[in-house]
Amino acid sequence: MSDVMTQERPQGGVKSNVILDVQDLKIHFPVHGGLLQREVGTVKAVDGVSFQVHEGETLGLVGESGCGKSTTGLAVLRMLPVTAGKIVFEGVDITHYNQNQMRPIRRRIQMVYQDPFGSLDPRMTVGDIIGEPLEIHKLHGRKAERRERVMALLEMVGLRHDMIDRYPHQFSGGQRQRISIARALAVEPRLLICDEPVSALDVSIQAQVVNLFQELQEKLGISSIFVAHDLAVVRHVSQRIAVMYLGTIVEISTRDELYANPKHPYTKALMAAIPVPNPLVEAGRAHQTIQGEVPSAQRPPPGCRFHPRCPMAMPVCKEKTPELKQEGRGMVACHLFT
Amino acid sequence: MSKPLLQVRNLTTKFGDGPGAVTAVNNVSFEVSAGETLAIVGESGSGKSVTALSILRLVPDPPGRITAGEIIFDGIELTKLKEEEMRAIRGNRIAMIFQEPMTSLNPSLTIGLQIGEPINLHKGLSWSKAFDKAKELLDRVRMPDARSRLETHPHQFSGGMRQRIMIAMALACQPKLIIADEPTTALDVTVQAQILELLKELTRETGSALMLITHDLGVVARYADRVCVMYGGKVIETASANDLYAKPMHPYTRGLMHSIPRLDEPAGRRLVPIKGQPPNLAQLPPGCAFNPRCGETVDRCRRDVPDLMKAADNHMHACWVAPHV
Repeated sequence: MSDVMTQERPQGGVKSNVILDVQDLKIHFPVHGGLLQREVGTVKAVDGVSFQVHEGETLGLVGESGCGKSTTGLAVLRMLPVTAGKIVFEGVDITHYNQNQMRPIRRRIQMVYQDPFGSLDPRMTVGDIIGEPLEIHKLHGRKAERRERVMALLEMVGLRHDMIDRYPHQFSGGQRQRISIARALAVEPRLLICDEPVSALDVSIQAQVVNLFQELQEKLGISSIFVAHDLAVVRHVSQRIAVMYLGTIVEISTRDELYANPKHPYTKALMAAIPVPNPLVEAGRAHQTIQGEVPSAQRPPPGCRFHPRCPMAMPVCKEKTPELKQEGRGMVACHLFT
Repeated sequence: MSKPLLQVRNLTTKFGDGPGAVTAVNNVSFEVSAGETLAIVGESGSGKSVTALSILRLVPDPPGRITAGEIIFDGIELTKLKEEEMRAIRGNRIAMIFQEPMTSLNPSLTIGLQIGEPINLHKGLSWSKAFDKAKELLDRVRMPDARSRLETHPHQFSGGMRQRIMIAMALACQPKLIIADEPTTALDVTVQAQILELLKELTRETGSALMLITHDLGVVARYADRVCVMYGGKVIETASANDLYAKPMHPYTRGLMHSIPRLDEPAGRRLVPIKGQPPNLAQLPPGCAFNPRCGETVDRCRRDVPDLMKAADNHMHACWVAPHV
């Protein structure tokens, strides 16, 4: 692979180890229709995605609905059947692991979901919710020990010890997201997959949780994949960022490079679409650089999938699918750069 | 200066009765001038949507009701109107665009019928003329292939296209005021940009005033002329957009500005969140609703509720500590 995949981490200095290696991943879903519910098509939710996550690094996966970012996250946890490609975690190919084989892996890879209301069992206390993964994975076997560990976790995510016996409904959205994070961290995973973990939260609370993620990254050195649609949020928590469109990665780069020097027309359009909270800056910015909406993943456009909306489209874009190629300090899949 | 198009004075809207009653909108006053865009910004539970529903008299009653205040639109006191009189205003002189277009469109009626209905109803045009007008409106919201789209149903459209239909419906009777409640929150960012640009352009063309209700301070900066910031059911700061961003005065407004991740700042900056949780409207603290989360309180903040005070020309805030004249 290229440089960008093995380059130095900003704070590191030494080339770090790859803990997750996703190679040409494809997740296709059959579409059934008609009287006999025959298979009438395929949704190519993820269609040939490759990336790596290094130790201690957070990779942001960004894109609009239907780009495949969440599907990619779920596939790494093997919660979806893989159509093609490879998922190598800590050097082991887990692509075809069955549920039994996956169990020890799921201790090493944990997930934080978007909805802090739907992802916590309302009938369990916070102590039971955070303690459950410890029980399942037979860690801290004695009850008293487990409780102590849960207390430590509550403290780590900024909740009080005396909250341990409360139920989810007694907490606000931001606090519930802290509980989800504590539950994910309980078994000391090496990789955290966060699927839009702050999108459901109010602005003032979102900042609290974003900061918590930053602190935990620094304190625990945990690796993560941060799936989000908001480029401004992703920038705060990721060292590297992959921009996805209709099941493919169109650009992947270091944070600083991507924001200072976005290359793919889609990345540029995404940035322009996000308003900056300053009317004076806004007055001088282009706001809308692309037209239309994301087409159906069932019938993606031929060639470059972005070409029908691309302001820079050339004849070749309709015919040939551009490959992800090294460009400067990142990689971009666009014919403008070939 | 001419009289404002909409004057809201001391509006109070409550839900429920007795000790469990919740004051969702608490003594709120503001004005909207003809042709301007006023943004009402706040987090969940701040009262921004209930304010909008109150103006249109759409608060479900029971449990909700307007308990005090006046809403004067174009010289008419809306709170005193009978339901039939209100119906002649809704969708005609004041139009509304909601967050989720799918729940505000009727799934079983064609687009043509739905856009044509207010024209037929309020303007008394025949159905065939109303359809022509509907086609024209779809062209204006840049719906491709407008004529044939009149025969289609809402489920055949994407979220962005449905919101275009909502805008076409809102514009149908050339309203003087359009109230848009989080019109793009459910949409992807590139589509959000398209819809907001369209709304801005069309309101500029028609001279309609726009009341834009949102939680997104970026959207406010891009589109609003003036801003009201709401917290705990009250307007806590109001100013022109330029002044509010250049010199936010209420500690809550300043806190919000520091908590948002923004693309125009160095990536390494730590966000400065507002500590604590938004208030529970059923158990507001005594004094200023923001005092438990505020870092600058004095004794008075825990005792007396501050009302809007003048800080500068066209800039008001409700804070005992921030400077005022």
